[in-house]
Amino acid sequence: MKLRKVTAVSAAALVLALTATACGSDKKDDTAGSSASSGSGGKIKVGIKYDQPGLGLKKPDGSFAGFDVDVATYVAKQLGYEPNQIEFVETKSADRENALARGDVKFIAATYSINDKRKAKVDFAGPYLLAHQDLLVKSDSKISKAEDLNGKKLCSVTGSTSAQNIHDTIAPKANLKELSSYSECIAGLQSGAVDAVTTDDSILAGFASQEQYKGKFKLAGLKLSNENYGIGVKKGDTATVNKINKALETMVSDGSWQKAVEANFGPAGYKNEPAPKVGVIVK
Amino acid sequence: MFDFLEGYDVLGAFWMTVKLTALSAVGSLIWGTLLAGMRVSPVPLMRGFATVYVNIVRNIPLTVIILFSSLGLADVFGMTLGAEDFAVQGFRLAVLGLVAYTAAFVCEAIRSGINTVPMGQAEAARAIGLSFSQTLTLIVLPQAFRSVIGPLANVLIALTKNTTVAAAIGVAEAAYLMKTMIENEAQTLLIGAVFAFGFVVLTLPTGLILGWLSKRLAVKR
Repeated sequence: MKLRKVTAVSAAALVLALTATACGSDKKDDTAGSSASSGSGGKIKVGIKYDQPGLGLKKPDGSFAGFDVDVATYVAKQLGYEPNQIEFVETKSADRENALARGDVKFIAATYSINDKRKAKVDFAGPYLLAHQDLLVKSDSKISKAEDLNGKKLCSVTGSTSAQNIHDTIAPKANLKELSSYSECIAGLQSGAVDAVTTDDSILAGFASQEQYKGKFKLAGLKLSNENYGIGVKKGDTATVNKINKALETMVSDGSWQKAVEANFGPAGYKNEPAPKVGVIVK
Repeated sequence: MFDFLEGYDVLGAFWMTVKLTALSAVGSLIWGTLLAGMRVSPVPLMRGFATVYVNIVRNIPLTVIILFSSLGLADVFGMTLGAEDFAVQGFRLAVLGLVAYTAAFVCEAIRSGINTVPMGQAEAARAIGLSFSQTLTLIVLPQAFRSVIGPLANVLIALTKNTTVAAAIGVAEAAYLMKTMIENEAQTLLIGAVFAFGFVVLTLPTGLILGWLSKRLAVKR
């Protein structure tokens, strides 16, 4: 009796497992079909971030918002894809190079700073935004220059360039807390566990513009580094790079660029740099 | 091919992993043994506490426990564990979280070992007038431990790998350095391979040595 029960249960488990795999393989066929037809006016896959308000954010209703999203949508339109033909894919920082090399996405607009080591792996169009490492502090904070940071409690994301800059050059004596995401840091800033959060000013402005934080935080405006955001394209795909560069130039000249900046960073009092010239990288 | 390793203290990062593992292993062995003692004790309240603790804690994801120790205990409740510096604080909080989590698994391993000790042993101990704690520490646990070296080795190996979660609260161990290197070097696969190899070097000998020991020391019945 007991044995029979066990057999029945394992049979059920087996059936479940088989149906699950069946679903899985069906889906795979679907995606393979769509990517094959993408050349003929099908879908275009674009890499963005899902968790950075102001730049790339997936909203609870499944839609996307942010400056990176606006740039990607504009560029895709210039490449001949309507907004409903764009499929946004999440590309986390660690996965960006591989996603391009594998061809998972056509291009990536995800706070992707251009640097030499990355240029060896992927090609960059742009830059489309010049950001600086900066501090987000409470509106009544007295921190106004990098020297003020020594001995202060700072928060950034584990392993990020901003965290390394603080360690190495800007304020080696600051007490740096490293967490796995900026939202955790912002929560710490709100509760008073840390005095300042540091990363690119564009990302900070995005957080500060969120409904629940409006008026509570301000940017210190320190310009601690130069981050040239570029659009990542598969290595060697010069044709796409040229097309995207042309699209970015049009976006700046017809005013859409300025409109997108204001719409996404405006509420935080973010003083953005003028639109960068394509191919000019500020060191 | 491996020139991307220059300028990074890979050995230092793995040394941090070893320190995290060793401290957490000692802590969770002590706390886990106490929990196992409580789970078989004749006092219902202790039995109840240990059962609830083990069943709750081992079912909470380790990431949640570690993040709670940093965001909850440290940030909200102001528990700094005697360290003002975030790097030291993070290390201590990580050890605390790892001990709290791993002890639940150690407890269950030891309890299974206690079950391998024949009832007659405990009955004989009671018959000659030993108290419960004497029975447990002199008769039952020494035999139980010898039979669970294998399972404990598995817990230790899992613990070694679990220390990578501490990167989430900024402890500069192997997974933390890996994140930093991927951010700078854009070489995901090679860097991943280097760190995977590091963990193989740490865990494989542990498994082999403790596996050999468990065969030698097991009480043959």
